[in-house]
Amino acid sequence: MTRRDNSTPADPGRRDAMKCMSWAGAGVLWTISGGVASSVLAGGAEAAPRTSGTLDFVQISDTHIGFDKAANPDTLGTMKAAIAKIKALPVRPAFAIHTGDITHLSKADEFDTADQMLKDLNVPIFYTPGEHDTLDEGNGTLFLQRYGKETVGGKGWRSYDVAGVHFIGLVNTIGLNPDGQGRLGAEQTAWLAKDVAHLSASTPIVVYAHMPLFDAYVPWGWGTVDAQPALAPLRRFGSVTVLNGHIHQVITKTEGAITFHTARSTAYPQAAAGTPGASPGPLKVAADQLRGVLGVRQIDRVHGHGPLTLVDQTLA
Amino acid sequence: MHANSAVSVRPVAAIAALAMLLAAAPIAPNPRDAAAEAAAMKTNVKISMFAFSPGVTTVPAGSSVTWTNNDDDAHSVVADNKAFRSAPLDTGDSYSFTFTTPGVYPYHCGLHPQMVGKIVVTR
Repeated sequence: MTRRDNSTPADPGRRDAMKCMSWAGAGVLWTISGGVASSVLAGGAEAAPRTSGTLDFVQISDTHIGFDKAANPDTLGTMKAAIAKIKALPVRPAFAIHTGDITHLSKADEFDTADQMLKDLNVPIFYTPGEHDTLDEGNGTLFLQRYGKETVGGKGWRSYDVAGVHFIGLVNTIGLNPDGQGRLGAEQTAWLAKDVAHLSASTPIVVYAHMPLFDAYVPWGWGTVDAQPALAPLRRFGSVTVLNGHIHQVITKTEGAITFHTARSTAYPQAAAGTPGASPGPLKVAADQLRGVLGVRQIDRVHGHGPLTLVDQTLA
Repeated sequence: MHANSAVSVRPVAAIAALAMLLAAAPIAPNPRDAAAEAAAMKTNVKISMFAFSPGVTTVPAGSSVTWTNNDDDAHSVVADNKAFRSAPLDTGDSYSFTFTTPGVYPYHCGLHPQMVGKIVVTR
């Protein structure tokens, strides 16, 4: 029963994808040969390409490799399905962002497994840590050794430009707030203000971090205590798209020109915010319902202008 | 008969007490510490539905406290003053710590700091 690759043209999942993606084929794809893509990874903001072509990337989140409890005993299987879903997209993404909780317990072998499996996407992946990725003795050392090399001071946050869009990857899960919310901290906040200071207000911005950068549900810690002051320098921009994970479900919020979007997990769902009697932990649904509540997200910007378009796809 | 049997018990009790004192002596020369040592216990704190239960646990010095995670999500146990810190606890995992110094030890979950508890260690 080993299904190594289900991204064949006959796959019904692909047909569904093509239905909702058909518009994406209209644009000229911002081509990504390995060379261009790796220059994004290697050079950061300076060396990154500033083309005006179409941008197309994917968000994957909360893979929780290592989790095997009732809510999903097969997180490897569902992550494999997520990878197949992305590979079956009619437009190949230029890169992927992983918005954290790569692993469940921050173990080296969990990181290894995730890394090996996600290589199959064959695109560069930008990672930001979730609180499940920073549980090692060194409070995130394991993650930063692996994914922090190209980041500011090796601390995990970074910015880069792709196809005229300014990307900002933030870390809000190292040093959580006592009420359970994420925290960016003074140093990162100051860096962010400086990072965008020179940009024209017409530059589209994409910000991503693990925990919601808006108040999704504070009693469960679903927010970032200092997000408001940290994001203040972004309020002058015409288009700011904020992508988060953590809550394993899609919630969208708009504040002026800033739109916030949380993403589905590939591992297990969680209850809707504040559901009576529920906790912010794994939620068990019927086995045949599970893939309908897991998913990935594709983000596009066609012809280098206009707003970014988000398409959330389940794994069903 | 009753008096006799009562009397016959006394030397045994005295010897037992002496033996306990002698046994405790090399580690805890202070008799008060020895008494605490004798009262030391093992106690449990359950982690369930994103809460520590009981929230406040009072134990004599020398006692060991064991936390067990009954949730499907991972949790951890971290002293606010960094006196102890567990590895992440998966479902069914436990962590124990022995409290030798009297005092109040507030702690929280490293993944969900809104989950808090307190260990009160008496003499």
